[in-house]
Amino acid sequence: MNAPGADSTPHLPRGVRLKHDKVRGEWLLLAPERVVKANAIAVAVLERCDGVRTLREIVDDLARTYSADRGVIESDVTMLINDLAMKRMVDL
Amino acid sequence: MRDKIAAPAGMLAELTHRCPLGCPYCSNPIELEKAAGELDTATWKRVLSEAAAAGVLHVHLSGGEPCVRRDIVELTAHCAEAGLYSNLITSGVGLTRDLFEALVAAGLDHIQLSIQDAEATSADRIAGYEGAFARKREVAAWTTAAGLPLTVNAVMHRANVSRAGRMVELAVLLGARRIEVAHTQYYGWAMVNRAALMPSREETETAVAEVEALRKKHEGRIVIDHVVPDYHARFPKACMNGWGRRTLNVTPSGRILPCHAAAMIPGLEFWSVMEHSLAEAWYDSPAFNIFRGTEWMKEPCRSCDRREIDFGGCRCQALALTGDARNADPICHLSPDHAIAQEIAAQQAPDVAPDYVYRRMKTKA
Repeated sequence: MNAPGADSTPHLPRGVRLKHDKVRGEWLLLAPERVVKANAIAVAVLERCDGVRTLREIVDDLARTYSADRGVIESDVTMLINDLAMKRMVDL
Repeated sequence: MRDKIAAPAGMLAELTHRCPLGCPYCSNPIELEKAAGELDTATWKRVLSEAAAAGVLHVHLSGGEPCVRRDIVELTAHCAEAGLYSNLITSGVGLTRDLFEALVAAGLDHIQLSIQDAEATSADRIAGYEGAFARKREVAAWTTAAGLPLTVNAVMHRANVSRAGRMVELAVLLGARRIEVAHTQYYGWAMVNRAALMPSREETETAVAEVEALRKKHEGRIVIDHVVPDYHARFPKACMNGWGRRTLNVTPSGRILPCHAAAMIPGLEFWSVMEHSLAEAWYDSPAFNIFRGTEWMKEPCRSCDRREIDFGGCRCQALALTGDARNADPICHLSPDHAIAQEIAAQQAPDVAPDYVYRRMKTKA
């Protein structure tokens, strides 16, 4: 499987969703037989994974929104998306 | 006490014990509950709402075959309304195209489909149902075409162990995003059929290696969850991730259990959804609290470094093999009863496997 490129349009496939759990007071990524805690950064990334925006656009947006170094953001986001894609929780 | 106990994350909803298949390793109890005793629709909806309120995230709509319930679409829709992640654990037999479309429209999140073997004739013989394999392939095709994630559930035993790798390849071919390759665990029906089901150690090791090799080959395409046979292990499995720690089970008649096999343990007091809420049963019922934590443990578990890793293994296996559910799971090499497990593991499989005792209701429900 290819690593996510700047032009890929990551999205959560059907059967994977981000949920704010009121009981535990945290964000969770729910997938078949899996629950992954999502920290604030992961939530910010995953909320932008709509299947329309490219990875490049998502990185640009995050770097702008959080006034952060683009290179660092790009590396973090690519790593997160790649990890979730390997677990089949994100489609590219 | 309540503040020390984490909320339940998963619920196995055994909607019915009725099933068209007769798999000889079925995880349902030997004493199957009859249709007449099943909870009605309104009660299941209340239980699902209580589950969501208590913190349950995943609901596994299971059985028996959950699709024999006439209200399966209504219950699935109720899961979606309550914000629960719904997983249909089905044999695929009894699932018509119309019913499938209705489940998708109701917001079903995931389908877990059992497949008995990579070869039709053998698969149908294992299931005790002619034509089952072909029907399952059809259901798999509908599922992937609808964009629903598909998990293939493959239980491994003597009749199919030589095709473990082919089961994985079949799942990939069917478009499954996940496969559970689970070597048979010997409780209930599987215990009755152990001589017919248990492969040799060599066969098992070959199968395990084959599946592990495929994990790398198909990384990013299919997630492989591999439940390796514990008779050959040194440490026991962390059964249920610990008693009353993550999941609960509601039986067709509404008994609330810490695991689907817990009813085999004598002397446990199970509460019913007819008298208690799910949260009350989770936090306060004797059956959930009896093996929670480490206080109940005997030695060697009580002082063991791994007591919070594997929680003493499986209570049902300890009971089945040693006669006392409080003992260490004899799979553990530290258990004083470990020789019992070793002896079973070393037994030569008979040259000709005995016939299966198929899982069937004793009398017509």
